[in-house]
Amino acid sequence: MSIRLEARPQPSRTMIWLSPLLAIGLTCCVAMVIFAVAGLNPLSALATFIFTPVTDLYGLGELLIKAAPLVLIAIGLSIGFRAGVWNVGGEGQLIVGVIFGGWLALNYGPDGGPWVLPAMVVGGAIGGALWAAIPALLRTQFNANEILTSLMLNYVAQLWLGYLIFGPWRDPAGFNFPQSEPLAPAALFPTLIEGTRANASILLALVAVGLGWALMSRSFVGFQLKITGLSHGAARYAGFSPNRAVWIGLVAGGLAAGIAGVGEIAGPLGQIFPTASPGYGYAAIIVAFLGRLNPIGILFSGLLMSLLYLSGDVAQMSLGLPSSITGLFQGTLLFFLLTADVLIHYRLRSSTVATGAIAGSAK
Amino acid sequence: MPPTGPDSSRLQLRLELRGITKVYPAVVANSGIDLRVAPGEIHAVVGENGAGKSTLMKVIYGMVRPDAGEMLWNGREVHIGSPADAQRLGIGMVFQHFALFDTLTVAENIALALPEKLSLETISGRIVALAQRYCLPLDPARRIYSMSVGERQRVEIIRALLQNPGLLIMDEPTSVLTPQAVDTLFGTLRSLAADGCSILYISHKLDEIRALCSSATILRGGKVTGTCDPRGESAASMARMMIGADIQPIRAVRSAATGAERLVVRNLTLAAADPFGTDLDTVSFSVAGGEILGIAGVSGNGQQELLAALSGETPLADAQGVLVDGKPTGRLDPRQRRAIGLCSVPEDRLGRGAVPSLALADNALLTDNRQSSVRAGFIRFDVVKAFTERCIAEFGVRGGGPDTPAGSLSGGNLQKFIVGREILQNPGVLVIAQPTWGVDVGAAVTIREALLDLRARGCAILVISEELDELTEIADRIAVIAGGRLSPAMSRATFDRDAIGLAMSGEWTAATQTQGADHVHSA
Amino acid sequence: MSQFLPILFATLIAGTPLVYAALGELITERAGVLNMGVEGMMVTGAVVAFAVALTTGNLWLGVLAAMVAAGILSLLFSVLAITFRANQVAVGLAMTIFGTSLGSYLGKPFVGMALVLDASQAAGGFAQLPLVGPLFSAIHPLVWLSWGLFAAVWFFLSRTRAGLALRAVGESPTSAHAIGYPVVRIRYLATLFGGAMAGVAGAYMSTVYASLWTEGLIAGRGWIAVALVVFATWRPERCFAGAYLFGGATMAQLFAQSAGIGVPSELMSALPYLATIVVLVLISRDAALMRLSVPASLGKPFDPQG
Repeated sequence: MSIRLEARPQPSRTMIWLSPLLAIGLTCCVAMVIFAVAGLNPLSALATFIFTPVTDLYGLGELLIKAAPLVLIAIGLSIGFRAGVWNVGGEGQLIVGVIFGGWLALNYGPDGGPWVLPAMVVGGAIGGALWAAIPALLRTQFNANEILTSLMLNYVAQLWLGYLIFGPWRDPAGFNFPQSEPLAPAALFPTLIEGTRANASILLALVAVGLGWALMSRSFVGFQLKITGLSHGAARYAGFSPNRAVWIGLVAGGLAAGIAGVGEIAGPLGQIFPTASPGYGYAAIIVAFLGRLNPIGILFSGLLMSLLYLSGDVAQMSLGLPSSITGLFQGTLLFFLLTADVLIHYRLRSSTVATGAIAGSAK
Repeated sequence: MPPTGPDSSRLQLRLELRGITKVYPAVVANSGIDLRVAPGEIHAVVGENGAGKSTLMKVIYGMVRPDAGEMLWNGREVHIGSPADAQRLGIGMVFQHFALFDTLTVAENIALALPEKLSLETISGRIVALAQRYCLPLDPARRIYSMSVGERQRVEIIRALLQNPGLLIMDEPTSVLTPQAVDTLFGTLRSLAADGCSILYISHKLDEIRALCSSATILRGGKVTGTCDPRGESAASMARMMIGADIQPIRAVRSAATGAERLVVRNLTLAAADPFGTDLDTVSFSVAGGEILGIAGVSGNGQQELLAALSGETPLADAQGVLVDGKPTGRLDPRQRRAIGLCSVPEDRLGRGAVPSLALADNALLTDNRQSSVRAGFIRFDVVKAFTERCIAEFGVRGGGPDTPAGSLSGGNLQKFIVGREILQNPGVLVIAQPTWGVDVGAAVTIREALLDLRARGCAILVISEELDELTEIADRIAVIAGGRLSPAMSRATFDRDAIGLAMSGEWTAATQTQGADHVHSA
Repeated sequence: MSQFLPILFATLIAGTPLVYAALGELITERAGVLNMGVEGMMVTGAVVAFAVALTTGNLWLGVLAAMVAAGILSLLFSVLAITFRANQVAVGLAMTIFGTSLGSYLGKPFVGMALVLDASQAAGGFAQLPLVGPLFSAIHPLVWLSWGLFAAVWFFLSRTRAGLALRAVGESPTSAHAIGYPVVRIRYLATLFGGAMAGVAGAYMSTVYASLWTEGLIAGRGWIAVALVVFATWRPERCFAGAYLFGGATMAQLFAQSAGIGVPSELMSALPYLATIVVLVLISRDAALMRLSVPASLGKPFDPQG
């Protein structure tokens, strides 16, 4: 008797939404194993891990403020992924958004004015979009693989920000720490919920969810992107330009990442650090996949991923585990998701029928 | 080749199948199939598209495991779990879509298939010897991508022969050959059979089977519906066994009043984007309203490139290269061309004409998205659904509704949907490639009649097809494409299979020029 | 001239991890499998090698452990991408994220520790050889083993039947299956080999190149290796040369300092990444060359029952 994979005649609709839940469940199991190995009670550690961060209002605010950039970037990336455009450069695009918005903040913030903040958002968007336009150009003009080019640019952007922070933007009153001056009040997002750090960037994320849904589910442009991602041949036959899909796919992600970057420095950070992003560009990839590239799904998976970040800090304080456990769980989650996704297109069948019928000696 | 004589052929079959069954999730491909092949016999497996012939061959060759049934080889029961097992037994296969490696040479391709580790020189020597013996000239040092389709088939055959097969399976071998090359192939096969090798000949072309084969097993809907000796049967009687009813002849083609030229192609010269493709060389022709122009040819001679240039998938440098109702469209993309009235149907349903994982309604929106389906950038789902339902109803598409994924429809039904989708857009010009390839007889009739209806409404239709019979049935004029060049067109009254066959090899003269109205512009 | 020898040595040292990773990925891709997880496998390999070498004091045990660890990751990759036919790019990205985060997590206790291995101990008995002995002491064994790897890969691909079969599988797995080759098994072996080589590359980084472990150690070299295979149009000799070119680029900062060029250090550090983009563009723009060089089935899943 052997277990084989049998292709389903149609992709299973239930599995599309069951698979993320399955992945979450499996990751929880792995988490409990890690807790047990570390000498903790698996169940109570898991409960601490999941629930502690959100027991108070401040925690909820933190949850939202971390989810906002993840959701925002993931929506942008998902537009590209749907079209078969692999934008892995979200991290770099976020950083360039920080650079553009930060430049505006440092130079015009102190003088104040209500226009500073919107200008920063626009500046960040332009910065991220430009950084994403580079791989788009290289792909459409020279057929260069956008995964590799956008990824290389991540490192370049990181170095560029590092140069600025260690150089021209260094805080003169900062004791030589790598950081910029604190941003002026005019360059900061207003707080939304009293008693928390939740700010208006959450609204931006919600707007992105709405726009993303309208684009991908209802608009003809979204339809064209979907076709391009599913079948290049069919897209060409229909006259849907593959180059346009590359541009839209990459720039959407760049715009979103750039705005998210501004949200970080104008929000919880209030300053510009070389580590302006704790890997949001990469985490957003996981959020996008976990959310099935669907804006509503991304909303939920963004909240989950944000919880993971907060739980990492909890793990360090209450459970004595390194905070890098967050990254490990994120990676594990993605891995289990891809494994569970297999069941969307295939089902497990045990075959006892065939081998018995073909009896007889071999050659 | 294994020895055989009159006594042994009566005693022992080379290959026997008993009750072979293979079930897929969506369809029963083979059900209780029995097959008997004697040594040195050329045995046909007959059936229309979708009857289960390919699956049965994959079972015999070990590429697919049957769910039930037995196989006996020279009287002993065997279990063929993989192509390697089949080869060890002595079963060779010449595939319909060749199993060759383009960037490697002939000798390297064949070396990969041989179990012993011989040097390339030794193998080349054997290739040349075998090639001479069976009239299949080959140069062992050539790379596959530089060879024509007919030459590649020779490589397939030699590769199979070098493994000393007791049974050779030929899967639809003549679809890539000119009529003259078919005769040569039959000569080769007869010598092989005389030397003791059994041959399983898969085809749906009844005339060829009656000329070549001494026994036949007929399949329909996955079951055996009969066995016979084709030499003693008529085409009609075999067709009856094949499709279960008499073939309805397509209704006679009335001559339509031909109007103005609606599609004009002038000196179309296009370098193939793919280095393995065929360049088009000063192709010129025109199609009038109410006329069907057929383009015949063996596959790999520029048909794909021509269709892509006409549909808009490959834009041209010269806008005047293609004129639709007098308007230059050479630089327009397919969507813009449909807006002007030029619709197209490609040869691959699943990779181009439709997206298999999407619903029929989405596939309808793929090309019908100009007037009412899209308003202010947003999709009007009710309009799309109505269009889809209309298409399904008018063209007899069975197997699902607007929400059914295209991939779950049978080949014939999907093709009816795609053709119907284009026709419902009221094109002034329709360009269609391989309209009935891989499609059951019923659907083929529906599609051909739909084309004739469209013709009657004044549309100009271009049909690119590798099935010459299809073109002789519906086309008003036939031209031949060979090596990227187009021959002058022959009118219906002067169709000549021999001349067409010669043209497929690239030879044509002014003598094949038509009488009467001639729409071809000379270069 | 006195500058030349140190520069040569520096280039050798910097290019070696790329030689291992790129040649490994070359074999994987020639079989038609696109493994984007090389970066994650290098990180995990680096951490494991460092940890094992530190605790046992034996370099070779560390390298072996790295090969096993990266091999396990590539096995997971293979199961998903080859057997379950998941999208190879997605699985590769997931492997990089997973491998990087795993390495980061496992490596936390080891940050800041230094690995001190006796260089002659690494050379082992080879240093005793009559004529060439001193050469083995001066150049680390992992470096000249990488030369051996290059020779072996080149010979395998161009002169052996097995190499021909691998190339055939990469070009058309359906055809290879039809003539009886175990496509799935060949692809598994190719991917495992590539993973093991990525592990060696990572091990080299943490035990020879830097003798320490830190989060930014690999810094995208795995990705550069993947780009290198494209730049080399899937030919081993070009891979080998390109590895040293890029190795040199990662050393650009040092060269600039020694030459007294006053350019911001970040710009020099960005050089390998910018160079990667430039060469990718130069090679990819020739569509005909790409069409003839790319293994035709690269990245596409294979269904044996299809």
